[in-house]
Amino acid sequence: MSEVDIRKQAAVLASTETIDGEIATLNLGPTHPATHGIFQNILQVDGERILSAEQTVGYIHRAFEKLSERRPYNQITPITDRLNYCSSPINNIGWHMTVEKLIGADIPKRVDYMRVIMMELARIADHLVCNSVIGVDTGALTGFTYMFQEREKIYDIYEEICGARLTTNVGRIGGFDRDFNEALITKLRDFLKEFPAKFDEFCSLLERNRIFMDRTIGAGPISAERAMQYSFAGPNLRATGVDYDVRVMSPYSSYEDFDFIVPVGTEGDTYDRFMVRQQEIRESLKIIEQALENMPEGNYHADIPDFYLPPKEEVYSSMEALIYHFKIVMGETPIPKGEVYFSVEGGNGELGYYLVSDGGRTPYRLHFRRPCFIYYQAYPEMITGSLLSDAILTMSSMNVIAGELDA
Amino acid sequence: MVKIVDAPEGYGGQGFFATSFDKVIGLARANSLWPLPFATSCCGIEFMATMGATYDLARFGSERMSFSPRQSDLLIVAGTISKKLGPVLKQVYDQMAEPKWVLSVGACASSGGIFDTYSVLQGIDHVIPVDVYVPGCPPRPEQIIEGVLKIQELAKNESLRRRDSPEYKKMLESYNIETVDK
Amino acid sequence: MSKTVEAYIEEINKDFSSIDLSVDDYGMHNAVVAKNEIHGVMEKLKEAGFNFLTDLTGSHYPENEGQEFQVVYHLHHFYNNLRIRLKVNLSKDDLEVPSVTDLYAGANWMERETFDFYGIQFSNHPNLSRILNVDDMDYHPMRKEFALEDETREDKEDKYFGR
Repeated sequence: MSEVDIRKQAAVLASTETIDGEIATLNLGPTHPATHGIFQNILQVDGERILSAEQTVGYIHRAFEKLSERRPYNQITPITDRLNYCSSPINNIGWHMTVEKLIGADIPKRVDYMRVIMMELARIADHLVCNSVIGVDTGALTGFTYMFQEREKIYDIYEEICGARLTTNVGRIGGFDRDFNEALITKLRDFLKEFPAKFDEFCSLLERNRIFMDRTIGAGPISAERAMQYSFAGPNLRATGVDYDVRVMSPYSSYEDFDFIVPVGTEGDTYDRFMVRQQEIRESLKIIEQALENMPEGNYHADIPDFYLPPKEEVYSSMEALIYHFKIVMGETPIPKGEVYFSVEGGNGELGYYLVSDGGRTPYRLHFRRPCFIYYQAYPEMITGSLLSDAILTMSSMNVIAGELDA
Repeated sequence: MVKIVDAPEGYGGQGFFATSFDKVIGLARANSLWPLPFATSCCGIEFMATMGATYDLARFGSERMSFSPRQSDLLIVAGTISKKLGPVLKQVYDQMAEPKWVLSVGACASSGGIFDTYSVLQGIDHVIPVDVYVPGCPPRPEQIIEGVLKIQELAKNESLRRRDSPEYKKMLESYNIETVDK
Repeated sequence: MSKTVEAYIEEINKDFSSIDLSVDDYGMHNAVVAKNEIHGVMEKLKEAGFNFLTDLTGSHYPENEGQEFQVVYHLHHFYNNLRIRLKVNLSKDDLEVPSVTDLYAGANWMERETFDFYGIQFSNHPNLSRILNVDDMDYHPMRKEFALEDETREDKEDKYFGR
C-alpha cells in the first residue's frame, strides 16, 4: 500500500466512530524530551499511526505585545531578543529597522554591511541548532555535539560586538554602538576559514546517510498549495518549492548588493527542510565573505541625534550630548505618528513588526508577525496518518521555537 | 590524569575503609546528580551549551540527562514559567522521588525576570521549594555550573534524616505538596 | 506590465461600496472596509492573486467613539510583489466580524489570538477559544483598560518599580 493510501485510510478511520478500544489517546508534552519547546499535542493513535492531533500552546506566553506598550523604543530591543532566541540579532536588527522606517532615517552603507554580517551569523546559528536537533531525534548525537562547538565560536563573535552570548540586544536605532574592532575581524576571518571544513564533516555524517534518508524522506510532507494557505514562510515554505525570501522580494539593509541563491526543495518533507537549511548555511557563509570583502568605509551609525544615544565620553564633556542623552533616556524624543509594517527574513521566515505610534514615548500598538505561530497550525495536517516517530521528526524539522510561538 | 573526589574521613586499612554512612552517602549523591532539564526558553539554550563540550557539565557527575522524573535527582528549571505551566511543573516535581533538589536557572525562573506581566509566574518558588537560584538573563554556562556545584555541596552535607523531619514536611505542606505519612 | 494595487481595487470596487483606499507616507496601501463586506473583498482579492495572508491582528482605540476596535489584515500578492493593509472598524457594542478561515487556513490561530487579546468575535470560526492565555481567564488582556501586571501579586511593590 502506498503512503497516500495509508493516509487516506487513516483519515477514514479517524472520522468513523465505530472503532472502540482500538484508539488510544496519547499526550505528547508539554514537557517532553523530544519536543524542543513547551507545547502540547493530544494525539489519537491507532497502534503507532496517528489519527488526529489537538494542540495546546501558550505555555510560555509572556505578553510581549502588552509589555512593549509600556517600554520606550530603545528598551523594546531586549524583548525582541527573546522571540526567536536562537537567532536574536535578526530580531533586534529587524526592530531597529522598523523604527528607522517610522522615523525616516538614512542609514549609511557601512551599517548595512555590518548588520548583514550579524544577521547571517545568526541565521547560521539558528540553522545549526535545528539541523543538529533533527539528527538527535533520529538518534545521531555526534553532529549535535560538534555543531554546538561551532556555535560557541559564533557566540565569541557576538561577545565582541555587544557583550552577550545568546540574547544579544545588538546595535542601536540607527546603527551600532561601536565599530567592528580588530579582534572581531580576526575571529570572523578564522571562523570563515575553519567552519566550512567542520560543517562538511557534519554534512558527510547525515546528508547521504542511508538511515537518515530513509527516516526523513516522506516524513511530514506538505504541498505548496497547503503551505501557502497556512501562510508558511522561510525554509519550511522553500522546502515545498515556493521561493519566497524577504531578502530577495523586498530587499532591506543592502541585501541587493550580495550574490546568493535561494534554495528550494520539492516535496516539503523533513529531508527537504533539512537540506534547504544546510544549503542556506552555505549561502550565508558566502554572504558574510562578500560583506567582509567589500565593507565600505563610513560611520557605524546614522546621524540621528534625536534617537541615537551619544557616546559616553561626549555626554560627560559636551552640553549638547548631555541634553540629547537626557531626552532620549527620559523619552522626550519626537517620534512621529504613523503606522508601519516592516518584515525581515528571520531564521524561520518572515518576521514582521506592525507598529502603530501615536507620538508618545512608547508604541501605541506593536504586533509581531511570528512565523512559528502561524505555521505550527499546519502540524496536525502534516502528521495525520504518519507514524509517531515521524511526527517527532516533523516537529523538530519545522524548528518551532517556543519563544516565537507564544510571545 | 583522572581526578577523582577525595575520600571522606575515616579509618582505613588493608582491604577495608570505615566511615559514617552520611559521609559516604553524601559523597555518592553529590557526585552523581542526574538532572532533569525542565528547559522552557532562552535559558534552555544556554543549558544545552552547558551540556556541550566547552562547558561540559558531565564532568561533575551529571552525565545522564534523565527526562523521566522518577529517575532523576535534580530538577533544573531553566526559563520562564507561565501561570499555565505552573501546575505542570508542580506535577513533575511531585513525581520525583526523594531526595530531590531544585535549581532555578535564570531570572525568569527565580523571580519572573523582566516579564512582570499577568501571565508569568513571578518565580517558581510560588509553586515548588527551590534550593539554589542562579541569576542572569541568561546566566553564562560557568554560572550554571557554579549553581550545580552549590547543589553538590548541599547534597554532600545534608543530614540523612532531613527528608523525614517535621520541618521539611511543614515546608512541603506550605506549598500544598502532599507527603505520604509512613 | 504588472498591475498596481489601485488597479486591483478598482476591479473589485464595482461590487463593494465601502472600500476606502489610501496610500500612507510609507508607501503602503491602506483600505478601510465595512465589516459586512470584508469577506467578499478578501475573496475577490484572493482570486485576483493576493493569495498570502501575511498577518491578522487587532487594535483598540478607546478614544474613537463608535469605532473602538479594529481588525487589521495584511495581504501579499506574490507574483507582482504588492502588499495591502485592510482594516475593519468595529464598535465596542458590536464586535462581530466574519471569519476568513475558509479562504486562508492560516487565519485560524491568528483570529483566535485576536479573540483572546481583544474579545473580537469571528463568526463561522471552527473553534474560537483562547489560545495563549489560560482558559479560565475572564477578561481580554490587551484592551487598554487593563494593566500589564497581575494586580494580585504581593511580592513586588509598584512604588519601587516606577509605576
